[in-house]
Amino acid sequence: MSTGQLVGRPADQPAGPRRRRRLSRLTRRDKIVLALMLGIPALIEVCLIWGPAIATVFYSFTDAHSVAPVHWVGGQNYTFMRKIDPQFWPAVRHNLIWLLVFTVIATPLGMALAVLLDRGIRGSRIYQSIFFLPVMLSLALIGIIWQVVYSPQFGLINGVLGKTSPNDAIDWLGNPHLNLWAVLVEATWRQAGYVMVLYLAGLKAVDPTLGEAAALDGASEWQTFWRVTFPTLRPINTVVIVVTVIESLRAFDLVYVTNGGTDGLELISAMITTYITGPANRIGYGSALGVVLLVISLVPITFFLIQQFRKEKR
Amino acid sequence: MTSNTSAARTGGISRRSMLKGTAGALALTGGLPALLAACGGSSSGGGGSSGGGGDGGSVDGKTSIGSNYSDAAVKSAFADVVKGYSRAKNVTVNATDHNSFQNNIQNYLQGTPNDVFCWFSGNRAQFFAAQGLLEPIDDVWAKIGANFTDAVKNASKGQDGKYYLVPWVNYPWVMFYKKSVFSQHGYQVPATWDDLMTLCAKMKSDGFANPIAIGQKDGWPAMGTFDIINMRMNGYQFHVDLMAHKQSWTDAKVKNVFKQWAELTQYYTPGGTGRTWQEAVQIFDANKTSPMIFQGTDQVGPQVAKANLADLDFFPFPQIDSAYPTDSGIDAPIDGFLMSKKVKNRAAAAAFLEYLGSAQAEQTFLKPNPSDIGTATDYDTSTYTALQKKSVEIIKSTKNLAQFLDRDTRPDFAYPIVQNALNQFLNNPKSYSSVCSSLESQAKGIFT
Amino acid sequence: MTVIAPDKPDEAAAEVDAADRAGWRPRAGVPSNVFILVLAVLWLLPLLWTVYTSLRPESDTNVHGYFSLAHSLTFRNYSDAWTQGSMPTYFWNSVKITVPAVLITLFIASCVAFVVSRFNSTFNLVMLLLFTAGNLLPQQALLAPLFKIFINVHLPSWLSSSGEMYDSIFGLIAINVAFQTGFCVFVLSNFMRTIPTEVTEAAMMDGASIWTQYWRITLPLCRPALAALATLLTTWIYNDFFWALSLMSTGDKRPITSAINDLKGQFAQNNNLLSAGALIIAVPTLMVYLCLQRQFVAGLTLGSTKG
Repeated sequence: MSTGQLVGRPADQPAGPRRRRRLSRLTRRDKIVLALMLGIPALIEVCLIWGPAIATVFYSFTDAHSVAPVHWVGGQNYTFMRKIDPQFWPAVRHNLIWLLVFTVIATPLGMALAVLLDRGIRGSRIYQSIFFLPVMLSLALIGIIWQVVYSPQFGLINGVLGKTSPNDAIDWLGNPHLNLWAVLVEATWRQAGYVMVLYLAGLKAVDPTLGEAAALDGASEWQTFWRVTFPTLRPINTVVIVVTVIESLRAFDLVYVTNGGTDGLELISAMITTYITGPANRIGYGSALGVVLLVISLVPITFFLIQQFRKEKR
Repeated sequence: MTSNTSAARTGGISRRSMLKGTAGALALTGGLPALLAACGGSSSGGGGSSGGGGDGGSVDGKTSIGSNYSDAAVKSAFADVVKGYSRAKNVTVNATDHNSFQNNIQNYLQGTPNDVFCWFSGNRAQFFAAQGLLEPIDDVWAKIGANFTDAVKNASKGQDGKYYLVPWVNYPWVMFYKKSVFSQHGYQVPATWDDLMTLCAKMKSDGFANPIAIGQKDGWPAMGTFDIINMRMNGYQFHVDLMAHKQSWTDAKVKNVFKQWAELTQYYTPGGTGRTWQEAVQIFDANKTSPMIFQGTDQVGPQVAKANLADLDFFPFPQIDSAYPTDSGIDAPIDGFLMSKKVKNRAAAAAFLEYLGSAQAEQTFLKPNPSDIGTATDYDTSTYTALQKKSVEIIKSTKNLAQFLDRDTRPDFAYPIVQNALNQFLNNPKSYSSVCSSLESQAKGIFT
Repeated sequence: MTVIAPDKPDEAAAEVDAADRAGWRPRAGVPSNVFILVLAVLWLLPLLWTVYTSLRPESDTNVHGYFSLAHSLTFRNYSDAWTQGSMPTYFWNSVKITVPAVLITLFIASCVAFVVSRFNSTFNLVMLLLFTAGNLLPQQALLAPLFKIFINVHLPSWLSSSGEMYDSIFGLIAINVAFQTGFCVFVLSNFMRTIPTEVTEAAMMDGASIWTQYWRITLPLCRPALAALATLLTTWIYNDFFWALSLMSTGDKRPITSAINDLKGQFAQNNNLLSAGALIIAVPTLMVYLCLQRQFVAGLTLGSTKG
C-alpha cells in the first residue's frame, strides 16, 4: 500500500461528463505502474503499428526483396508504379469507384433503411436483424457465399436468368468488365447494413419534439427530415463519412478471395499482398504501394482525429 | 487546462516517467531486436546464423526434408519413398501446402530451412544458387551422374557450373486429345500449324464450339502455350535468352509469337482468364465442346475420369517454322531436390540425396502416379502406362528441355507481371503490341 | 470498424430497439412496407441459396442442375466438409488465436484507457489520438515492414513452432492485439470518463494504489463496455482474413477464416461442399449474432449520439 500524502481536495468540481481530475501526489511506485500501463501498450503499438507505418515509407525507396541485400533506389519504385506497372492505375480507378459506390449507393441505402425502420414498421426488429446479418460475416466468407450465387453454371443468378449452359453463361466474377460491379454488389450488401445500424442509433436519440413542432408548422415529412432531423445527426454523419472512406480503402478480402485481385478486380491492397507474399517477394515495391494507400487513408484519418481533438478540447 | 508542469505536480504522466516506463518495458519484453529489425535493413542473403554448409555431421545422423507434396496421394507416395530409404528413421518430413511452400520459399530459405527440400529446376533454382542459399552437391553427382541424360544434367547445374539439384520426376507439355473423338470424326494429328488451323476449323464446323479448352485463372497455364510457340518460331536458344532478358520483349520475333498465337485464341473456350485449369480439363474430358487442351501431363492425367484414361492421347505441339521442328524443344519441367546452405548435417543429407537420385526411389514415388515419369535413365519403364511411355519417348527424343516460363525466368517477373500480361492478351488478342511494350518496360525494371 | 465513443451500453442498446415506437413519427405507409419487405427478401436470398445448395446431395444437383427443386435433402455435405476440410484443426487454431487476443487486447486497452482518461493532459490526448489512428490504418499498408520484422524476430521453440514470429500463433496474436487495441482504447477511455471521480478518489483517500484503483474499482465498473467490446473483438478477430493469410505460411496453422482460400481450392468443383463449408465457418458469428446481437450493436454504436 502506498503512503502518498494527500493534498487538499479541489473546491470546484465541475459537473458534467468531463471532470477535471486533480489528484494528490502519487507515490513513486504508482508512477511506475502508470508508466508501464501506458508504456507497454505504446511499445507494442510502436513495434507493430506505428513503426511499420513509418518504416513502410523508408522501404519504399529501396529494392528490398525477401532475401537479397537491400539497396537504396530513390524514387524508382514510384516511377515504376506511375509509368510502367499496367495494374496500378486500374487499381486506383477501382478504389475510387469503390469509394464512389459506397458514397452514392451503400451509405444512402443504409440511411434510407434506417429512416424507414425508425418509423415503427411492423416487425422492424426482424428487418433490422436481416439487414444487419451480413455485417457479422467475414468479408472473405461473403466472397465465398456470393461465389456460389454468381457461379456461371451452378449459381442462383444465372439460374434465374436461364443462362446456365457453358457458352451462354454470364461469367459474373470472371469477366473483367463485369466482375468489379458484381463484387461491389457484395460489398454494398454488407456496408448498407452497417450504415443502417449507425443511423438507427442516431435517430433514436433525435428529440421527437423537434419533429412534432415542425410538423405542426406544416412542414412535410421530407422537409422535416432534411431540415430538422438530419442536422442533429451531425456526429453520426462524421462517423459514417469516416467509416465509408476507410472501408472502401480497406476493401481487400472480397477481391482476394474471388480471384486474387487480378483481371478486373485490381485494388491497391491486393497488389500489395501479391507483391509481398507472392512468389515475387518484392518488399520495396510493395512498400511503395503501401505508402500510396497510407497517404490516401491519412485524409479521412486526419479529418476524424481533428474532429476528436476538437471535441476533447471543448 | 493544466499545463505540463502542473500535470507533473498533480501526478499526471510526465514525459520523463513515460520514457522511463518505456525503457523498463523495453528491457522486459526484449523488444530491441524487433525495433532493430524494423529500423535496419535485412541481413544479406545466405550465410545464416545457424549451421553453415559443410557442417560435417555423421551419415547416420538426423536430417530433414521440406516437402511440398501436400495432396493426400502424393503425400503418402512420398512417405513410401522415405520408408524405402535404409536410414528412414533419421529422416523427418516437413510437409507444407503446395502453394504456400512455393510462395514463401524465400522466407523459408532465409529462416530455418530443412537440410533438403523439394524444388524445381531452371532459373528458380539458379536464382537461389546465385543468392548463396544453396549448397553445391558435386559430390552427390559423382555417385548418381551416370543415371541421367545430358539434357537433365544441364538442367541440374547452377550458372557457376556446379551441381545443385538432384532430379526427380518430370513430364512434358503437350496437346491432349481423345482417340475416340478423333477416329469418330476422322481427324488427323496435325503436323504443322496450318494443319492445326484446318483441324480447328473442321472441329468447329463439326459442332465443337470451342476446339481448345483453356483455364488461365491460376496465371500459369497459358505460359505453356507462349513457351512452345516461341520455341517453334524462334528456337530454344532465343526462348532461353528471352527468359533471361537477354532479348527484348518488343523484339519483332516476340511480337510475331503473339500475332501467331492470336490466330489460335479464336478457338479457345471463352472466359479463359476466369476459369481454373481443373475446370478446363473437365470441359475437355466431357467431349462435348472442346476436344483438345494444351497442358502438362502431370495435370491432365489425374483430372481425367478414370474411365477415359485409356482414350487419352497426345501429340507434341505442331511445327511452325521448319528450322525448329518438333524435336527441337519442349517444356518438360523437372522437379527435384536441393540442399540448403544452412544444412545441419551435410553427410546425412548427402546420403539421402544419393538415395533420391536413384531409379528405385523414383519408382516408389511414381507407383500410384499415371502421368509423371522418372528422370533416371535406368528406370524400369515396363511399369509405365501407355501415356507415360509416350512421355518418355517424346522427352528422350527432344534435344532441348525448357523448364516452363515460371521456372525459366525470375519469379518476380513471372508473377504477377507475365501472368497479367498474358491475361491481358487473352482478353484482347489484338492488344499484343501494348502487351509487349508493357512487358519490356517492366522487365527493364526487374532485370537490373 | 467504427470509432465511436461509447457512453452507456445498455441504454443505447435499448434505444436501438425500434420495436414499438409510438410518437410523432408518422406510421410508414403501404409502399414503404412493401419496399422493405421486398428488399429484405432480396437481402436474404444469397444466404438462403447457400443453405439450399448445401443441403442438396451432389447426386441430385448433378442430375437436375442447381436451379431446381430438390429431390432429396441431406446433411452429408456438412459432415463431408467438416472432415475433408480438416475443419477441427482450423477451428482450434481460431480459438488459439482469438481467445488470447481478445483477453490481452481488453487488458492492455483498459490500462491505457485508465491512464489516459484519468489524467488529462495534452500528452495523453495525443496518445489517445495515436492509438485511435492505429486502428484506422489499412492493414496492407503495414505489411512490408511487418513481414520483415516477423521473419527476423527469432522466438524460442516453446513459443513458436517455426522458430520465428512468422508463421507462429504468437505472432498472429501479437498483431491482432496491436491492431485492435486502438479502437478499444478509444471506446474504453470515453466510457471511463463517465465514471464519477468520487469513487476512485475515495479509494485513493483510503490509500489504494493506482493498480488497485484500476483493477478493483474502475475495471469492474466497465463491465458493460468490456462485454460489448469482447463481443465485437471476438467477431472481428475471428473474421479476420488478412493477417493469417500473409503472416502465416503453413496451411495447417491457419485459423478458419484465413483457411477459406485453401478450402476454396479443395472444394472447387463441388458447390454443395463449398456451401456447407462456408456455413460451418459462419456458425460462430451467427451464434454471436443470435445471442449477443444487442451487445454487438451496442459496442458499435455506443455514444454515437454524443454531441
